[in-house]
Amino acid sequence: MSGFHEGSAMLLSNFVLPNDLHVHWSMMIVLYPYITGLVDGAFIIAALYYLFDIKTLKPVARFSLLFALAFLCCATIPLLLHLGRPERNFNMLLTPNPSSAMAGFGYIYAVSMGVLGFIVLFVYREDLVRLKQQSRGMMKLIYRLLTFDCDDLSPKAMALNERLIKILVGLGIPVAAVLHGYVGFIFGGVKANPTWSTPLMPVIFLFSACVSGISAIVLAYIVIRKLTGKAIDGPCIITCIKTLTGFFILAFSFEMLEVFSHSYLKSGYHHMVEGLLNGPLAASFWLWQVKICSGIPLVLLGVMAFIKLSQTRYNLLAAGVSAILLLQVFIMRWNVVIGGQLMSKSARGYTVFHPEWLDKEGILSVIVVMIIPFVILFVLGKIFPFWSDDRGESID
Amino acid sequence: MKIEQAPPQLNRRAFIKKVLKGSVTGSLLLIYPMGGGDALDMLQPSTMPDMPEQIPGIRGKAYNIHERKFAFIVDITRCIGCGSCCVADKREYNVPDGYYRTWVERYIKDFDDQVYVDCPNGGLDGYQKPREDIDVQVRDTFFVPKLCNMCKETPCTQVCPVGATFTTPDGFVLMDSDRCVGCGYCIQACPYSSRFLNPVTHTAEKCTWCYHRVRKGLLPACVEVCPTGARKFGSLKDETSEVYKILKGPGVLTVLKEAMGTWPALYYLGARLEVI
Repeated sequence: MSGFHEGSAMLLSNFVLPNDLHVHWSMMIVLYPYITGLVDGAFIIAALYYLFDIKTLKPVARFSLLFALAFLCCATIPLLLHLGRPERNFNMLLTPNPSSAMAGFGYIYAVSMGVLGFIVLFVYREDLVRLKQQSRGMMKLIYRLLTFDCDDLSPKAMALNERLIKILVGLGIPVAAVLHGYVGFIFGGVKANPTWSTPLMPVIFLFSACVSGISAIVLAYIVIRKLTGKAIDGPCIITCIKTLTGFFILAFSFEMLEVFSHSYLKSGYHHMVEGLLNGPLAASFWLWQVKICSGIPLVLLGVMAFIKLSQTRYNLLAAGVSAILLLQVFIMRWNVVIGGQLMSKSARGYTVFHPEWLDKEGILSVIVVMIIPFVILFVLGKIFPFWSDDRGESID
Repeated sequence: MKIEQAPPQLNRRAFIKKVLKGSVTGSLLLIYPMGGGDALDMLQPSTMPDMPEQIPGIRGKAYNIHERKFAFIVDITRCIGCGSCCVADKREYNVPDGYYRTWVERYIKDFDDQVYVDCPNGGLDGYQKPREDIDVQVRDTFFVPKLCNMCKETPCTQVCPVGATFTTPDGFVLMDSDRCVGCGYCIQACPYSSRFLNPVTHTAEKCTWCYHRVRKGLLPACVEVCPTGARKFGSLKDETSEVYKILKGPGVLTVLKEAMGTWPALYYLGARLEVI
C-alpha cells in the first residue's frame, strides 16, 4: 500500500490547479535574463583588462564594452513586451514597492546604463577626439557631443582618463553583479515555486551570465575578424577560453548541485521537481542542457586545455564551444523560467507550454528582439571603432 | 355507494384564454424592471435598507477599518460540489472563461490510498456525474472549495513592484487594477494559485472575499448562495458569529500549505491530509 504522499502515487491524477494551466512568464522572461547575462559576461572581459590588467585581453576589451552596451540598450524590450500594461512601466520608478525585489530593476538598470555609457566614453576618448577632428557634418556633431566638446589629450588629461576608467570599471563590477544576480533573486525569492526557491539561484545566474557573455565575445570576435579578413589574436582567444572554462565549471557545478540537493534532501515537493526533470523537461534538461550542451563543451574545453593544438584548430574549437555554450545558457534559462512554471502548485501535476509564432511574446518576437542588439552594435561600430588595430596599432 | 364525480368543465375557448393570459403575464414579468435587479443598484446606499443585513454591526455605524477582523471558514464535510459558489462568483465579477477567483476541487480516494483530483471548468458546472476516466473502487469522495487565503504574511503584496496589491487594515488583500502593470510576479508568488492575469484588462485579478459587499454588511456572494453552509464568513469581533464560535471552539481547523508561513485567514474544517 502506498502512502498518499508518495511521489509516483500523487502524480497519477495529474491535477493542475485551474489558474496554473496558463504559463504567465513565457519566452520574453527567458530572453530578459539571457540578455542581461550577455551584458554581464561581456563586461567581465572588459573588466579583466581595464581593472585587473590582463593584457592579453586587449584586442577584445573595447569590443566587449560596445557589445555589452548594445545588449544593455535592449534589456528592457522583452520586459516591455511581457508587461500586461507596458504604458505603466514607469510606475516601477515612480511608486516602487520597497519590499519587492522587482521594484529595484529601474534603478539598477539606470545605474548600469550610466556606468557603462561613461566607461565607453572614457575608454574611447582618444579615438573620439581624433575622429572628431577628421569628420564633418553630422558625424562631427556626434563626436563633439561624445567628447563633451573637449579636445584635451594632454598627458595629464589622459592620466585622469585612465584613473576614471579604473574607478568606473571598479564600480561597474558590483553593478553588473547586482544587475544579474538580482535577476536570479527574482526567481530565487519565490517560495511558492520549489524549483526557483533556492539561494543558489542568483549564483547560478551570475556564473551562467559570465559563461554566455564570454562565449558571445569569443564567437563574435572570431566571426567578425574572419568576415572582415583580419587576424585573430591567439593569446587573446586562449585567455578568453581559460576564463570561460573556469566560469563554466563553476556554473555547471552549481546547476548540478541544485538538482542534487533537491534529490538528496528530499524536502517538500522534491517528488515534483524530480518528476519535472524526468518528465516534461527530460529532453530540454537532461538531454540538451546537461548531456549535449554541457557534456560536449566540458570535453572540448578539456581537450583545449590539455592537448597542444594549432592556433587555427584552437580558434575553430573556441568558436564551436562558444556557440554550444551560448545555447546551453539559453536552454538553462528556458528550463528555469518556463520549466519552473510547468509544475502546478497543486503538487499533483504539470501543465504544458506551447510557444506561439506571432504572439507579442512569440518566437518571431524573440528573433526580432535578438536581432536589434546586433543592429545597435553595427551602428555603434560606425561611431566607435571596434578594434584597437583599426587605428593602425598593433593588437598585442 | 358509488360516488359520481362531476365531469370537468372543460371549455376549449376558456382554456386557450387562460394559457394566453398566463403567457402574456409571464412575459411581462420577465421584461418588467422588478427593482433591485441590477447588482450595482442593490448596493447603493439608497436601496440598502431593502436588503437584509447579513453581517451584523456594520450598517449605520462608522466603519473603523483598524478594529475590524474577519475570517472565512470552509467546511469540507458540508460541500456537495454543486458549483453554486463558482457561478455566483463568476456573475459577481464577470470573470473571464478559463480563469477562476474561486473553484471547487473533487477528491477521490481509492482503497490503495491513491488520490485522484480533478476540477473541470473550475467546478462551475457542478459535479453532476462521477468521474469516468478512472476505474477504481472508490473509498471516499469529497469536495474542496478554494479561494484567496487572505494571508497575513502575503507573498503577493511583498513582490508587487508598484504596490498595486495591498493588505487593508481589516485584513483583506486587494488589487488596484489601475496601478497594476501586469508583470505577473504576484501570480508566481501566490502559493495557492489564487491569482490570474485577466485577459481583458491585462492586470492581475484575485478573489476579494467580496470586500465591496462586506463593507455594506453583506456576505460574500459565494457564501450567500452556498446551499449547505459549507462556506462561512463572519466577523471575529462578533462573538455571536458562526466563524467566531468555530474558531474559538475545540474543533480542528487547518490552513493550506502551513509550511509556507503565509498565515492564511482562510480556515478549513474537516480538511483531509490529502488536501494541498
